[in-house]
Amino acid sequence: MSEPASPVPAPSSVLRTDLTDGEWHHLHPATPLLRGGIFMVAILGFIIANLRERLIDLFTGGENYAGDPIDAIYESGATGWALLIIAGVLLIILVAFYLSWRMHTFRVNGEIVEVRSGLLFRSNRKARLDRVQGVSLSRPLIPRLFGAARLEITVAGQDGNVQLDYLGSKLADDLRRDILHLASGLRQAQQTDDGLAASPESRPALPAADGDEAASNLADSNLSASTLIGPANEHPANEHPANEHQANAHFALGDFATARYKEFRAPELDPDAAPPESVVRIPVGRLIGSIVLSGFTVFLLLAGIGLVVSVIAGSSGWVLVAVLPGLIGSFGYYFSRITKSLRFSIAGTPDGVRVGFGLLSTSSQTLPPGRIHAIKVSQPILWRRFGWWQMSINTAGQASGRSSPLATILPVGSLADVEKVLELALPGFDTKTHSALIENGMLGGRKRDAGVADFYSNAPARAVWLRPFSWWRTGWAVSGQVALIRRGVLSRDLVLVPLARMQGVRISQGPLLRRLRLASADLHTVAGPVDASLSVLDVDEALVLFEWMSTGAVRSALADTSHHWSRTAAPTPATEAAE
Amino acid sequence: MPDSELPEVNSPEPASTEPASTEPGPEPSERLDLAEVGEWQRVSPKYVLVEIVGTIVNAVVVCGGATLLWLLLDQTWAMWVGIVVLVGSIINLVFEPRRVRAIGYQLRGDDLLFRRGILFQRFVAVPYGRMQLIDMNRGPVARWLGLADLKFVTAAATATVAIPGLAEADAESLRDQLVELAESRRAGL
Repeated sequence: MSEPASPVPAPSSVLRTDLTDGEWHHLHPATPLLRGGIFMVAILGFIIANLRERLIDLFTGGENYAGDPIDAIYESGATGWALLIIAGVLLIILVAFYLSWRMHTFRVNGEIVEVRSGLLFRSNRKARLDRVQGVSLSRPLIPRLFGAARLEITVAGQDGNVQLDYLGSKLADDLRRDILHLASGLRQAQQTDDGLAASPESRPALPAADGDEAASNLADSNLSASTLIGPANEHPANEHPANEHQANAHFALGDFATARYKEFRAPELDPDAAPPESVVRIPVGRLIGSIVLSGFTVFLLLAGIGLVVSVIAGSSGWVLVAVLPGLIGSFGYYFSRITKSLRFSIAGTPDGVRVGFGLLSTSSQTLPPGRIHAIKVSQPILWRRFGWWQMSINTAGQASGRSSPLATILPVGSLADVEKVLELALPGFDTKTHSALIENGMLGGRKRDAGVADFYSNAPARAVWLRPFSWWRTGWAVSGQVALIRRGVLSRDLVLVPLARMQGVRISQGPLLRRLRLASADLHTVAGPVDASLSVLDVDEALVLFEWMSTGAVRSALADTSHHWSRTAAPTPATEAAE
Repeated sequence: MPDSELPEVNSPEPASTEPASTEPGPEPSERLDLAEVGEWQRVSPKYVLVEIVGTIVNAVVVCGGATLLWLLLDQTWAMWVGIVVLVGSIINLVFEPRRVRAIGYQLRGDDLLFRRGILFQRFVAVPYGRMQLIDMNRGPVARWLGLADLKFVTAAATATVAIPGLAEADAESLRDQLVELAESRRAGL
């Protein structure tokens, strides 16, 4: 690993790495290889595919390929030159890799994180820590085997993320924690405290030194192991006591493999940075069921039926030839969906909600408090029998490209799971009234016979002309600092928007709605999978909604301090003095 | 630990979840109208010209294309398209002054209020603190008339408020005023 954990006690008990000192640091040495990894594999695959028959013939003894370039080189006696050229190309690639590694540096200090890279085209990217929207840590399969991970600091806006790929796996974990600590506004408070609290202990500053009792017990029990094995085993706190004898038995070289194995097997959540248990567990059967019972399956079935019908109706076989590969390919889609969602976990940490998932390539994202702009709880009709729900969110910065499913904070779960996740996503929204409101929003609707309105303010009965099936479920409510929208009957939706993050509100009315004395309303949030709109409501109610939302948005934004979450959580005299 | 967030002090109607919608008011109006708000600022009457020119240019281009198709290539459907566009444009022109009169904005204590439309009405409220940037645009006709468009951009693409047809001096002072208001009510994203 390029940046070994510091042998001297860290300057602050809060920060675990020495990467946040504002100096420039290098990434993991295998970075260029890993980043170009796909490309290399592709080239290798291309070469092997082209030489396949030749390789087979090498063993079976085959005929001569006249005119083949390799034969031509061999027969003209230019083998030496050819080898020289290959060696030269390899050398150039290696040098280029080395240089690009040299030039790719990053630094983190109290306010910013900055990355410079590029050989010919230099690029420099800087992000302010107090604007961090999330930190996501992903380990694609191949880097994961090498013990490397990609840290991505999400900021608002398109394509504005700062990526640190790749870092040593454990290092990335620690750096994520440090960045979140710095971003939380905790630093000033802690540094002044350290002057008093630093006790003259001989124990080196192990990562667990910040008061988490369970973790420091672990560290003590593993101390002997770590001194024996030396620097290669740098994460004693992360080990399970049961593995201790195993760790003792291995030495230097074998230890690399064990460390890799442990990382590979270890749960996504860092044991001392998060409560050990994810708040929800998704049984594999339910996960597979939920993915199979999706709109895609319906589409697939329709396509299959269409195919059978067309064949029976006597169309020529070409339809089959054209469509069948696509159908087979869709199984790949299922497979990747399932492996991606396996081992899903969500847990609250002091620095926000952490969502992790993935079997082969793992990924976990930490959303600091106050970064969730809208939440949708929904249930497609196929899931209704099983009582399954899905939750997705809008955040200002979506993690880029390959890790896009991070907008889902619950792939599939029961009603109880939804409530647990909501508690994490909307802290303080967990009183009796609130959970009644949530349950009502998910399952309930206007009681059609009794004529009694429930917790929600519902669309009037005349909305039946525009929403023949779902009018009785269409309604809204405001509670505390959160607006709730209930709608949909085929796919039941409940949308929650924290007013402190709402960007604006709109009510509108077209001629059709006007005839029915109705109006529609939109709560504007940052772009994402959640759309907080209400298609029908009474005109007078629309005005009430407009008033409530617009005043609520202003007031709760003033009261909201979650962008510097630690300052509000632990106000010390030191912090106040620093401000 | 995360429970300490979001104190429930400033909610508009804490814990109450039943909005008052029972009394229908003295005479139930079908129109959406914000009653108890103050005076709406209107955009410059000259903005009608910008809209008219835009509509005419549009109609000329489409009708011209349709006529060419009809006369040169003998496509009868193109004639009908041309006629429909022409009639639509004329109706549009008739309502143009009323439509422009219906555009209004208001600087309230903490948010910017905007309205527009007669047939398709809409009201938007955007808190000043959510401002990301303000954009000022001038098209060729608007520049000739000394007008400018102001765009109040937030983090949500849909919550962008565009106020068209402000006199240039007004637009500039409004821009400065909005920036100042946003600065004093800054909220984290």
